[in-house]
Amino acid sequence: MPVRVLIPGPLRSYTSESSVVAASGESLAAIVDELDQRYPGIRFRIIDEQGAIRRHIKFFVNGVQAMNLQPRLQDDDEVMIVCALSGG
Amino acid sequence: MAQANAARERRLTLLVSTRKGLWRAQGDATRRSWKLSGPQFLGHIIHHCVADPRDGKTWLVAARTGHLGPTIFRSSDRGRSWHEAKQPPALRECSGRVVDLTFWLTQGHSSQPGTWYAGTSPQGLFRSDDAGATWRGIDGFNEHPQRKSWCGGDQDQTPDGAKLHSVLIDPRDANHLYIAMSSGGVFESNDAGAGWHPLNRGVRADFLPMPDPEFGHDPHCVRLHPAAPDRLYQQNHCGIYRLDRPSDRWEDLSAAMPRSVGAIGFPMVLHPGDPDTLWVFPMDGSSVWPRVSPGGKPAVYRSVNGGKSWQRQATGLPKLQAWFTVKRQAMTADALAPAGVYFGTTSGEVWGSRDEGRSWKCLAAHLPHIYAIEVA
Repeated sequence: MPVRVLIPGPLRSYTSESSVVAASGESLAAIVDELDQRYPGIRFRIIDEQGAIRRHIKFFVNGVQAMNLQPRLQDDDEVMIVCALSGG
Repeated sequence: MAQANAARERRLTLLVSTRKGLWRAQGDATRRSWKLSGPQFLGHIIHHCVADPRDGKTWLVAARTGHLGPTIFRSSDRGRSWHEAKQPPALRECSGRVVDLTFWLTQGHSSQPGTWYAGTSPQGLFRSDDAGATWRGIDGFNEHPQRKSWCGGDQDQTPDGAKLHSVLIDPRDANHLYIAMSSGGVFESNDAGAGWHPLNRGVRADFLPMPDPEFGHDPHCVRLHPAAPDRLYQQNHCGIYRLDRPSDRWEDLSAAMPRSVGAIGFPMVLHPGDPDTLWVFPMDGSSVWPRVSPGGKPAVYRSVNGGKSWQRQATGLPKLQAWFTVKRQAMTADALAPAGVYFGTTSGEVWGSRDEGRSWKCLAAHLPHIYAIEVA
């Protein structure tokens, strides 16, 4: 499933400063894995070793928050990765 | 030409790890003048940056940001270019635990080029054999059946998270390791980390109900003297200690410190050539633990007799109303003669002494909260 992935500022060092990248996969998990293949290291910055989304990271699919990486994706979905509020 | 080369070789770099990035201070040949450069990794929380003395060119950085998970960056050209670790320290999936940050980096034994150790928060121990590119957990500790007992639960942890630090390697034996945990105590391995046992006899743990627990202590910083590796010192939550192996009982040196200052602090630095000389930076650990310089009067204390007595070294430091303190990795010494001693403060100043602490000079100011200082 080809989708658009919106990359937040703190992760753009991995995407050569691109704010939007194209990816393909049937689920959020597949998209994250593909991103990590293309941009090594990006996964571990946003997903921990137990497979959970890190505390200050949020995923939205077409504007709806995904609480884990299981949601299935459709063609042309928009995946937004957000760095949530984290002060100090 | 030989003199010029020698002068160049004496030019030191201080690696200054802060809450907002990495800076470096380059000294001149006399160590009187220092030039600050940076930042690198602006916005990253840099917990530790360590240079590898074995090859003179590898630097490792333990980093994370407020949003993003922990990682390691590596440089093989003294910080000119950086590459991220392909496999940063991470706990096993089956452990159910997550590395929050890598807190401590130590280069491995001189016979094992490319080997590094990392201590994490929460307590985890990792090893790399490829100069920091990939890391694997040391199962002998991370999966030890008693690990949970040693490390305790959430209520046993320090305010900003439990940590494994002070990874020490015996220069005579690459398989002989020590680690320290806040909390948990000091542990020793004689088989490269396959097995571990507590090493806390004689150390107080006033915050625990039992009088002489086997583990559960709070060592803040432990150092092993490279020239006398049977000599260890420990700055602990409950005082200052020395251990002379093969004894397994730490000697409490706390009473030698002035009562008005106390024996609580975080960093501890050993003289590079003299096992009897060391420095500490006391802080206020009274009542609710303000964690500031006692009375707002910062001072380094030096012992030249293995901790039997201490001398206050504050010449050049602010005389009053200075409330900073120094974290456990934020004080170090160089290997020159006389030894230079350096510390970084929670208020973002770097202080240095080129005469073994007799006088101090502010080398840099207005930096973010300093977490670590190392010499490169």
